[in-house]
Amino acid sequence: MSGEPILSVDRLTMRFGGIIAVQDLSFAAERKKITALIGPNGAGKTTVFNCITGFYKPTGGAIRLNHDDGRQSALERLNDFRIAKQAKVARTFQNIRLFPGMTALENLMVAQHNTLMRASGFTFLGLIGVPTYRDAEKRAIALASDWLKRINLLDRADDAAGNLAYGDQRRLEIARAMCTEPALLCLDEPAAGLNARESAALSELLQSIRGELGTSILLIEHDMSVVMEISDHIVVMDHGVKIAQGTPREVRDDPKVIAAYLGTDEEEAAAVMEGGS
Amino acid sequence: MTALSTETTQASRTAAIPFILKKAFLSACVALVLFSLMIGIRTEAGPDGQLTWWTRLGDLASIVGLVFGGSIVVELLRQWIGPTGAEKLVPAPVQRSLSLAGRFLGPALLVFTLLVPVIFYNQRYILDLAILVLTYVMLGWGLNVVVGLAGLLDLGYVAFYAVGAYSYALLATNFGWSFWVCLPLAGMLAAIWGAMLGFPVLRLRGDYLAIVTLAFGEIIRLVILNWQDLTGGPNGVSGIPRPSFFGIPLDNSDDGLAAKLGIEYSPTHRIVFLFYLILALALLTNWVTIRLRRLPIGRAWEALREDEVACRALGINTTTTKLTAFATGAMFGGFAGAFFATRQGFISPESFTFQESALVLAIVVLGGMGSQLGVALAALTMIGGFELFRGLETYRMLVFGMAMVLIMIWRPRGIIGHRAPTVYLTKAQAISSDLVKEGHG
Amino acid sequence: MDYFAQQLINGLVLGSIYGLIAIGYTMVYGIVGMINFAHGDIFMIGGFIALISFLLLVSLGLTAIPLILLLVLLVAMAVTALYGWTVERIAYRPLRHSFRLAPMLSAIGMSFVLTNYSQVAQGARVKPVPPIITGGYTLHEGAEGFAVRLSNMQIMVVSVTIVLLAMFTWLVSRTRLGRDMRACEQDQTMAALLGVDVDRTISMTFVIGAALASVAGMMYLLYYGQVDFFMGFVAGIKAFTAAVLGGIGSLPGAVLGGLAIGLIETFWSAYFSVEYKDVAAFSILIIVLIFMPTGLLGRPEVEKV
Ligand SMILES: Nc1ncnc2c1ncn2[C@@H]1O[C@H](COP(=O)(O)OP(=O)(O)OP(=O)(O)O)[C@@H](O)[C@H]1O
Ligand SMILES: [Mg+2]
Repeated sequence: MSGEPILSVDRLTMRFGGIIAVQDLSFAAERKKITALIGPNGAGKTTVFNCITGFYKPTGGAIRLNHDDGRQSALERLNDFRIAKQAKVARTFQNIRLFPGMTALENLMVAQHNTLMRASGFTFLGLIGVPTYRDAEKRAIALASDWLKRINLLDRADDAAGNLAYGDQRRLEIARAMCTEPALLCLDEPAAGLNARESAALSELLQSIRGELGTSILLIEHDMSVVMEISDHIVVMDHGVKIAQGTPREVRDDPKVIAAYLGTDEEEAAAVMEGGS
Repeated sequence: MTALSTETTQASRTAAIPFILKKAFLSACVALVLFSLMIGIRTEAGPDGQLTWWTRLGDLASIVGLVFGGSIVVELLRQWIGPTGAEKLVPAPVQRSLSLAGRFLGPALLVFTLLVPVIFYNQRYILDLAILVLTYVMLGWGLNVVVGLAGLLDLGYVAFYAVGAYSYALLATNFGWSFWVCLPLAGMLAAIWGAMLGFPVLRLRGDYLAIVTLAFGEIIRLVILNWQDLTGGPNGVSGIPRPSFFGIPLDNSDDGLAAKLGIEYSPTHRIVFLFYLILALALLTNWVTIRLRRLPIGRAWEALREDEVACRALGINTTTTKLTAFATGAMFGGFAGAFFATRQGFISPESFTFQESALVLAIVVLGGMGSQLGVALAALTMIGGFELFRGLETYRMLVFGMAMVLIMIWRPRGIIGHRAPTVYLTKAQAISSDLVKEGHG
Repeated sequence: MDYFAQQLINGLVLGSIYGLIAIGYTMVYGIVGMINFAHGDIFMIGGFIALISFLLLVSLGLTAIPLILLLVLLVAMAVTALYGWTVERIAYRPLRHSFRLAPMLSAIGMSFVLTNYSQVAQGARVKPVPPIITGGYTLHEGAEGFAVRLSNMQIMVVSVTIVLLAMFTWLVSRTRLGRDMRACEQDQTMAALLGVDVDRTISMTFVIGAALASVAGMMYLLYYGQVDFFMGFVAGIKAFTAAVLGGIGSLPGAVLGGLAIGLIETFWSAYFSVEYKDVAAFSILIIVLIFMPTGLLGRPEVEKV
């Protein structure tokens, strides 16, 4: 079972009226690996994410998630919240979508909604304050604190998420996704807007998520230094189709990628790709 | 330096006078056009159905003059306070100390409320008013779950109030069931209606939701009005049983509570009992809401208000979350409705108009969405203020409407503009309302 | 069949009036994104202004009915437009960038103000006027003595609606003001950067919406022969329902929705029960929104994430 990829996307197509944002895209994400999805602006990367996480219903194609126990989920047929709840796919957004009026801690508590809901006997037991719920809540707070520590925000736990610095918000969003205890973590441009130091810290965080926790990661990223450093496998898209895939080295040396990724200006393209090494 | 700045302000002051006058003159001109026909001329249907009219130029002149003067005053005030306007009226330190006082205000208010029947025992009018205020506090707290916490705009809340009131009235008059049996039933029925309303509107957002809830409220009212066999139509339901003290009637009979306790009967007993009944119901609402906020469901409501898409990405079933918000809010409305019916002894569709929904919504928004204390204060000010104008029956809604506009301009985010976190590691810090979202639904 | 045809005519006339009001809702919603709750009351004020100016003109000794009607129309449009402008200025402009519920409550407050203002100013009793436009045509003489009639009044309501709609469509699609309005609808900040006077454009939107509502008010006065201070509420809700039904933000949608509501209401009264006509209109609104959450002609809103 473990030989199977955690996610396999098969001939995925997404059309918006006349626009074909994704066409016949097939790729797989390996278990406990970081798979990067790259491509120029408007290539259709976010659309792929939205199809995987159920925010868009794909026009065609299949998306399969293979669980550790051999179960398989057909993501194209599940509702968005079921994908997170049952198929255990968590995601972040290109434009950060925290709950800005809630504290960092609360954000992470909301992420454990389904666990806590069960523990609270769907509110009824929680309302009368049964001890099992109180224990579950303590565990949830402990998990949240643990994540806050990992992302270095423990001292900001009681601050409103909207008051955090941009880079902190990005990390908090990742922590929030991780608090759902996902099998697959999808990150949409987590390094966007981060400075070099923050990017490095992010790389470390992602590697620890993969290494220590064994969570598989699917990553969209424009920052090549991050992509080249941490990815195990890279899929390159342009205009909705896959134009190349392979290891960072293979992709970096692929002339098709260099040409397509940054238009026709090969020199500039090469320079950007080199930036990653 | 100081001299210079005073000089410039002096200069701008004097330069401003022609400007102010010009502005006031323009306002007066606009007022003249607006009011010349509507106020300058009065129409009335004569006895034979013929329309007659007469002029009221004096009224017209005085109202235009009033606009002229008022405009000057407003303009002067604006210059005096500065461009930011109303915000400065309550300076930041005052606001901070207010929020500090808020911590003691709640308990103090509660103690005072508990003592109201003792202090005002002989003042029936005040007791009645207090009961009315508490009814709106309860309605406000109930709607707060939907609007303040879940961020779903409900313009038809009065429908659930009506469902509760009619449930109790009909069950009690037709089957003779007691208040204490009917109360939970009324709440449950209202909750079911809440979920039924919630179901179709789940996919709607923002103003679509607003109009559908409004339509729903109107549908309920119209059905009550027209289903004569069941509801008595415009005549309403009368002879609704008064509540008993857990089975012991509060009347002048030999089995009455007064007789049993061996004290002299007084009609005030019932009023006092009603007072504590609604207080208990309101406090129950408050207690449940506060608890719910700290449970996953309450956090999910608030998260829904903040960002629905993110909620779904976290595996929260937004459909059931919204439904529970609607049903919970409706349930409290139903309780309040049952209380209203037993207190009045008579209900008719007239008590359940859109104005009522708007009033409750205004209380929630003025209170500062999501703040329990704010809602209570807002109910007190609104209903109390409303009462002040009881004598001027016709002007009452006019003043109420103006107050709503002015209050929104003055404090769009309500009296209490802070959100208290539901859980904390080291210290609970109030979250400024600028960060808190208002929801899309 | 004759009965049906007659109801069709009645429904279309009523629908035209709703459509005229609905345009005001839709335009304001399109530009400022708020429900102008006071719009129904603007319609009511329009009816009153028409009534009073009619009385004045008659007492001035004018006798030519077409001239009187034209003058009444102009006065009603002008004065009511000023009401629309004032309402925006006082109650909405200070809240333009405030949070979403504030302008809505301010609008509800304004609606109360206008309703009760006219109650205080003109009394609570219904104000009747004798039929001004009389006569009509019998289109078809039925077998059982039932005739399908088209009154001159009905012809006038529908033709005024059509003419105004045509003028209005021209205004929005061909003039500078219309272009500014569409620009503000898309993006106010951008429009302002490109030199569009946003405040003025929004004011003009309210002015035009109020003018159209006043025409509806006048038509209502002539058609039903009466006005009262409370008529704005129900008519307003129904017209808003019409705007939502047609797809809020869409002008043809508003008219289509108005006609739909008018027809539903008329046919329901004719074939089922008068008492439940409003229930029918609202229920259909809810049903339509369940299946078409953005109305009949509204563009589906894709949630970009
Ligand atoms: N909801 C939608 N409706 C219409 N078109 C859409 C929608 N979502 C995406 N598109 C289109 O699909 C194409 C791909 O967009 P997408 O956001 O997936 O690109 P991307 O690769 O994530 O780009 P970026 O690097 O800028 O984030 C674009 O042309 C976009 O306009
Ligand atoms: Mg993207």
